[in-house]
This record gives sequence, C-alpha cells and structure tokens, in this order.
Amino acid sequence: MEHYISLFVRSIFIENMALSLFLGMCTFLAVSKKVKTAMGLGAAVVVVLGISVPVNQVIYVNILAPGALAWAGFPDADLSFLNFLTFIGVIAALVQILEMSLDKFFPALYNALGIFLPLITVNCAIFGGVAFAVQREYNFTESVVYGVGSGVGWAIAIVLLAAVREKLKYADMPEGVRGLGSVFMIAGLMALGFQSFTGIAL
Amino acid sequence: MADAKEMKKVLFGPILDNNPIALQVLGICSALAITTKLETALVMSLALTTVVSFSNLFISLIRNQIPSSVRIIIQMTIIASLVIVVDQILRAYTYEVSKQLSVFVGLIITNCIVMGRAEAYAMKSPPLLSFLDGLGNGLGYSFILICIGIVKELFGFGTILGFEILPVVQNGGWYQGNGLLILPFSSFFLIGGMVWFIRTIRPEQVEPKE
Repeated sequence: MEHYISLFVRSIFIENMALSLFLGMCTFLAVSKKVKTAMGLGAAVVVVLGISVPVNQVIYVNILAPGALAWAGFPDADLSFLNFLTFIGVIAALVQILEMSLDKFFPALYNALGIFLPLITVNCAIFGGVAFAVQREYNFTESVVYGVGSGVGWAIAIVLLAAVREKLKYADMPEGVRGLGSVFMIAGLMALGFQSFTGIAL
Repeated sequence: MADAKEMKKVLFGPILDNNPIALQVLGICSALAITTKLETALVMSLALTTVVSFSNLFISLIRNQIPSSVRIIIQMTIIASLVIVVDQILRAYTYEVSKQLSVFVGLIITNCIVMGRAEAYAMKSPPLLSFLDGLGNGLGYSFILICIGIVKELFGFGTILGFEILPVVQNGGWYQGNGLLILPFSSFFLIGGMVWFIRTIRPEQVEPKE
C-alpha cells in the first residue's frame, strides 16, 4: 500500500506532468484563460489518463512486448516497434468511446467535459503518461495509480496557472509581452516552484 | 497552380511572421524539454521537420478520399507511421541522441504542430503547397529550438555542439557556467523573451487588451 501512495504523490508533485516534464503544454498554455474551463479540462485529463494508461499497459505486456505473444504460439514475435501506432490508436478510440458513452448516459457531464474531449487525443500528457508507464515497466495496479496521479498533477497545474492568469488581466504589461509571452514566464516561475519538490525522496 | 511568390510565402512565412511556437502556440512541449544541448535540439528539429512535411504531403494527397468523421484517426495513423520510421532510423544511426530524446520522439505524434498543420492546411491545399507549408513550419520550429539550444548550451555549459567556446572554471578557464540555464524550465523564460522580441519587431502580432 505504501508503495502505491508514494507513487501517487510522486506522480502528482515530483514528476508533475506539466511543470516538471513539460507535457501537454499546448493545451496547458492555450486553454488556461479561465479557472472554470481549466477545471473541466483537468477533470477530463484525469479520466482519460486513468483509463488509457492501464489499458495500454495491458496491451503492451500481453501483445506487443518481445515474446509476449507466446500464449498465441509465437514465442519469437517482437511487435514492440508498433508501440506508438497502437498507443495513439487506443487513446483515440478510448476518447471517442468515452465521448459517446458520456453523451448517452451522462448528458450533464458531457455538457461540461464534451468540448474538451477531442482536444485530449492530441494532448501529449496522455501519450507521455502511456509511454512513461510502459518504459518504466509498471504493473497493472501501478499503472492505474500512475495514470490517475499524473492526471491529478496536470489538473492542479492548469488550475493554478488559470488562477494566476485571471488575476494578471489587471496587470499593465509591455505590449510585446502581453498574452503569450507573459504566460510562458508565469509557467516558468511555477515550474521553478515545482523544482523544489525534486529533492524529496519517498 | 500556385506561383512562386505564394510558395515563398508558404515556405518562409512561418519562420518569423507566423511562427508555430511563438504565435500559433503549437508544439511547445518538446521545445521546452529537450533543448538543453544544441545537438538534441538539432536532431529533434530534423525529425520534426521531416515528419511534418511528409505527413502534410500524404494527407494532402488523399484529402479528397478522407471522410470527415474519421479524419483525426486517419491523420493520426499516417503521422504515427512516419514517426515510427523516424524513430527506427534515429535508433539505428544516432543511438546516444535517441536515448536522450527518449519518449520525445514518440511525442512528435501528439505534437500539435503536426496535427495542427494537417488539419488547418493539408486538408484543403494541393500536395506541393502542403509539403512546403510543412517544411516552413518545421523550419519555424527549428529556428526557435536552435536559438534556445545555442543560448542554453553556450551560457550553461560554455560549449557549442560539445566544443568549448567559453572556457569554464571547472577546466581551469574563467567562465562560470550559468546553472539556471542547465535546468529545463529556463526555456520558459527564453521562449517568453523570444516572443517578446518577435512581437517588438513585428508589432502586428501583439494581442489586443482584454
């Protein structure tokens, strides 16, 4: 149990998807104008990461990894070169299924999250989470914990950034730095803050 | 058929006037994380430029056959196949660099420049122009990456591509390497500064006040 808690905390703070690993930056910078939308997007990322990391882990271990097809009678097969194609296919399909089932069964939730779901397919945080989980050879439970944890970390980061940006509307900045330039610098300062977690060993 | 002027605009426009990183907010993840050394920045630029030009070309070739409801998946498949090819080539010829890039080569698939250009340009333009658009956006991305790579490596380590330019204190020289620039997040400040710089010389890019 302790192992999972430490993995969870580590994936939220120490290896924060957005601010330590710089994944999912495009949406992070583009969709962080309002706290409310940031929260919706954050929640959608948590859900998609929490599902797609374990699913891809299972597929990789049982089908793609070298020698994994032994159960089907191909002990020498190594399909690991197909990993990117499979991961992105699975993520795109999952997002599509999620969107349809939300639309059918939870219309209220769909209205809140729906517009963000297509954006998530191309969010590198999802793909990065999947790729890291496979590279580090997490088992199934670990990958569930890692997926949810890194999603929560990303969500926290985007909500924080959106909160700062809402306040910053009133700041009088030089023209050239207004907008995108300032967002980069704020995100840089936040990343500097998150650096302070790196020394912590769990 | 597009004339030479249009082609030139499509090819060189994205470098300063319509830069993918500084104006379109695309493809930032990799720009931040892998620019610590100029060498990785160069390899990454090359890989991305290849992928974005060819994905634009192929998507544009079949753009009239793609049903719009499944276009994202088709674009993804084309891009992912190209990235796998690039990844295998990198592993075969520049193994050390490809290890440093780790998952970021795979992340080219979800790099919004590739998807963004496929969706915004290649889906409605002829193949040759799409190819040039991809090349131009790749160059715009490379321009930022290389600038940042040079600044970080020169002032962080005192070297460029591994050759010593500023002799550092550790080797008996006089230059004290800037520790902040070695850390990955310093790219945020550098890119922010570059956005500022580009907008100062191109004032039409300044965002309106809300």
